[in-house]
Amino acid sequence: MLDIFKGYKGRALEVLKSFQARVWGDTIIDTTRGRFQGLILPRSENDDDRHIVIKLSTGYNVGIDVDTILDMKETGYREAHYKIPEREFPYTPGLPKVKLFGTGGTIASRLDYRTGAVIPAFSPGELYGAVPELADICNLETEKLFAVFSENMGPEQYKKLAVSIGEEIRKGIDGIIIGHGTDTMHHTAAALSFMLQNLPVPIVMVGSQRSSDRPSSDAASNLMHAAMAAGHSDIAEVMVSMFGPTSDEYALLHRGTRVRKMHSSYRSTFRTIGDVPIAMVTTDKITPIKKDYNKRRNDRKVDVYPFFEERVAIVYYYPNMHPDIIDALIDNGYKGIIIAGTGLGHVNKPLYPAIRRAVEKGIHIFMTVQTLWGFVHMFVYDTGRDLMSLGIVPGENLLPEVAYIKLGWVLGQTNDREEVKKMMLTPIAGDITKGEPYNGYLIFQGGIPEVEEFIRKYHK
Amino acid sequence: MSNRWEENWLRTRDQVGWKDIWSTPAETYHKLGFKCGLEVHQQLNTKEKLFCRCATGIYHDFDDYDAEIVRRMRPTLSELGEYDGTALMEFRTRKQIIYRLKNDSACTYEVDDTPPFLFNEEAIEKAMQIALLLKMNIVGELHITRKQYLDGSIPTGFQRTAILGIEGQFPISNKIIRVIQFSIEEDSCREVSDYRHTRIYYTDRLGMPLIETVTYPDMLTPQEAAEAAQHIRFLTRSSGQVRTGIGAARQDVNVSINGGTRVEIKGVAHIAWIPKLTHNEAFRQKAMLLIQEELLKRFPAPENWTADWIELKSEDWKHIPLLQNAINQNWKLIAVNLPGFKNILSFFTQPGKCFADEISDRVKVIACLEKPNLFHSEELNPHLSDADWKKLAASFHAGENDAQILFWTPEEDLKTAVETITERCQLAFKGVPNETRKSLPHGITIFERVLPGPDRMYPDTDSAPIPVSDEQIETARKQLPVPLEQRFKQLQEWNVPPDTYTYILRNNLMPVIEKMSTEYNLQPAFLAKLFAHTLKSLQGSKPLPFEIERIADLIKFVKSRKLAWDILPELLKLLYKNPNMAFSSLLLTLGYKQISPEEIFEHIPTLHLMYKNFVHRSLRQPAAEADWMMGCLRQAALGNISLKELRAKVDAFLAEEASHA
Repeated sequence: MLDIFKGYKGRALEVLKSFQARVWGDTIIDTTRGRFQGLILPRSENDDDRHIVIKLSTGYNVGIDVDTILDMKETGYREAHYKIPEREFPYTPGLPKVKLFGTGGTIASRLDYRTGAVIPAFSPGELYGAVPELADICNLETEKLFAVFSENMGPEQYKKLAVSIGEEIRKGIDGIIIGHGTDTMHHTAAALSFMLQNLPVPIVMVGSQRSSDRPSSDAASNLMHAAMAAGHSDIAEVMVSMFGPTSDEYALLHRGTRVRKMHSSYRSTFRTIGDVPIAMVTTDKITPIKKDYNKRRNDRKVDVYPFFEERVAIVYYYPNMHPDIIDALIDNGYKGIIIAGTGLGHVNKPLYPAIRRAVEKGIHIFMTVQTLWGFVHMFVYDTGRDLMSLGIVPGENLLPEVAYIKLGWVLGQTNDREEVKKMMLTPIAGDITKGEPYNGYLIFQGGIPEVEEFIRKYHK
Repeated sequence: MSNRWEENWLRTRDQVGWKDIWSTPAETYHKLGFKCGLEVHQQLNTKEKLFCRCATGIYHDFDDYDAEIVRRMRPTLSELGEYDGTALMEFRTRKQIIYRLKNDSACTYEVDDTPPFLFNEEAIEKAMQIALLLKMNIVGELHITRKQYLDGSIPTGFQRTAILGIEGQFPISNKIIRVIQFSIEEDSCREVSDYRHTRIYYTDRLGMPLIETVTYPDMLTPQEAAEAAQHIRFLTRSSGQVRTGIGAARQDVNVSINGGTRVEIKGVAHIAWIPKLTHNEAFRQKAMLLIQEELLKRFPAPENWTADWIELKSEDWKHIPLLQNAINQNWKLIAVNLPGFKNILSFFTQPGKCFADEISDRVKVIACLEKPNLFHSEELNPHLSDADWKKLAASFHAGENDAQILFWTPEEDLKTAVETITERCQLAFKGVPNETRKSLPHGITIFERVLPGPDRMYPDTDSAPIPVSDEQIETARKQLPVPLEQRFKQLQEWNVPPDTYTYILRNNLMPVIEKMSTEYNLQPAFLAKLFAHTLKSLQGSKPLPFEIERIADLIKFVKSRKLAWDILPELLKLLYKNPNMAFSSLLLTLGYKQISPEEIFEHIPTLHLMYKNFVHRSLRQPAAEADWMMGCLRQAALGNISLKELRAKVDAFLAEEASHA
């Protein structure tokens, strides 16, 4: 298809052609509903073929029903060109050197009002143009590693990231930021937590819940908080830095193995599960909450374990689950299964034979809880004991997604049953904790007087 | 007290040519090149909000809230990689925005923690009728657009809005007014307070569907502007699809004059304010142009002009109470010298205002320093003595033609304040700055923000386009009310007193009057007066305690009892005070007794005899006797016989008697 008809198809395309009208043409359109004049814009591929979109001189877009069009006349042509202004990121002696790796998510961007396109800003110059405050926090370098949506991040990307970070650390960077889409940020955070051990500097993952083209976006704040944490904190761990409350107040640093996205749209969607966050961050201060974190060091040593076995699955158990789900995994050559079981870690009896068969075939099965909070306790009920005797290993308080990532990482290194079990149950980066602190589980219920009083007084 | 600055103010006022609006003929506006356009906002009466399912029309006291959320707005880069003027200004103000919400009138959508739900179809249906009344060209597809607002009045930082039609028109008494566009948009927050660096908003109104009608600048006098606004109001009300009450309709008024700039007066709550506001704005722009002319004479190369500033020693200024306060808070005292600005600071701008107020207004908004925020050397009522000003001028080695400002500020706002003062003075060399201004009730305006450029619109990536079918348009067309032009004609034909038009049209009572008039065979003029006089005066003290239908029932009751219609307004007054009283009880309370007309007529000769015995010179005035008799008989006659008929009978009797005398 010719490039001059961007996005138009079917009936709309026919109409454009019949009047020799094209995208970016300033056009007068006479219709049965009156006259319209404006710049013909590209059309989104997913929209229907019954309308042509124009931008009026007032800046608004409207659609014209192609079946009402009587005549079209082009009076001018103004093609849009996208360009992001770059301003050199200033070097300030004395500020830490921070590297930002891009994975495809948009952290900063600017708008093209003519087309409405959102153009991502990424190079230090572009970022400086969008968030100039960054220059007061650190000396920034950037590198784009991938251009994928968050849901397409996978083992290849985890490994490449881990290796690239390892190289940066050896070269002497003071902190790393990873820009990442938020949907699977906690998976990547877990993967990096296992692949990068004995870290000397902070590794901070960051994203945004509200696109950066809007004035209320959390992107700029998140970026500043992340730069602060990466450049100035003494916490040498893999962390996620995102809004604490939904208000623009402070960010929380969550440990990469205990963090989870808990709301489809809130800014404060990331929560530490079964523990407290490591620290609070504002643009000028880092306030530790936990004391037992891995401290920053001056050496340039880091252990990189870029391994991952892809044939691992999570099975989210539900009542009436049939064994064929497990059978399918066995037949397809899966090597590891994480079960997110009910309650303390249970599944129903009809699954037993399939589980037995899986273990016999050498598949490693670990139990986690779909309640997310709390430990697996398989000694409490017969069901648990039965399952253990079948060969399922209780996964302590590994979060299901973390257990999945960990098993993939372990199986990338060994297939020995005892070794796998040992590695899985040995805490590497806070993925399994000795116990659960009393304040590690707080889901307030609205409506209760003291909670209402709390949310009226403090910003949730 | 009159001083030389007051003289300058009066002199410059004459120079500007400002006069009271009542003494300003249309010709003056034509000479100025006065042009005015309107942006009329009106809430639609849908059940739910535009982009979420929260209920509409639930309002709370500002202190009644369940939670607060804090946000800061950041400008986004525009096409050329620049921040637009408003954006930059709002960012410089470094405001912290607090949103208050109550769970029954806001959900996570309002505070921008959830993407929009599907567009409210009811809003399209209702808006469509009004768009058709305005003869708009209806679009084929609604595209939700984001219009940026950085003042925080919408937590996302933009308003979701969609054009339903373009290029419409409506008539006023002497011309046709053209409409640029008609859109459906979400309403903004209500402002609770704005003090220093914190602005608080309430979210209950946020997200309610609003229609916006934008006219061309076709109004060439303040009166035409008010008439056009009134017409749009009547027209939207006639559809029956809009909300009424305080804040349900608001207009932004754009004014410009020859050589001036489009200035937008925001949020004018009452149409009655429009003439005075636009009148004063026209002259304010004229004043700006004269100031520009004068300054360019003084500084042919204005780009070199700049202000100087110094920090003052606080111990020298403790004798001034306001400064003493500032010093106690550890604020800094700053003096600014404005070279060549003598007689400019006290230059007339608006009634009771001078150029220095333009500076002070901006310092309040941009540097967040609350008023009074500065003293200046040309105050009409000086705060500082001449000696103080001399001392201050001397510290700059200021020239004879310089002017000075003294202000007080916390350290963190110093830079912005000095920049703002300098910038406003530099803008004076360029004439009328692009601004949106806030209206105050007495017809003057104050700076609100820099007028945003057109480049602040972009598509909403969270919503898909919504097709508008021919069927939808035709369905709406079938439900259209009678056009307003026809309604005006009808009112004239009915012989309805013109002073009732506004009330009737504003409350969309034409269909009601029409129906009652046919059903009960009543004169429309009688009903018009019943509503626009009797009911309106009652509403002044207390809002309508019942539905309009109850009045229809009352009419039905009067009809069924075969009462004379004169009793209706009396019954209505009583019903208003006792909304739950049975109609028959109202009648009793009124003291009504059924008497035949003949029985009433029988009293006339007796009364005539009594009257003869009265002694007072006023009694000899014509009609005095008839008036007195009517007074005596009124109570008995009310409901039993038309008072007009009774009066005719009395007059006839007296004429008869007079002919015998």
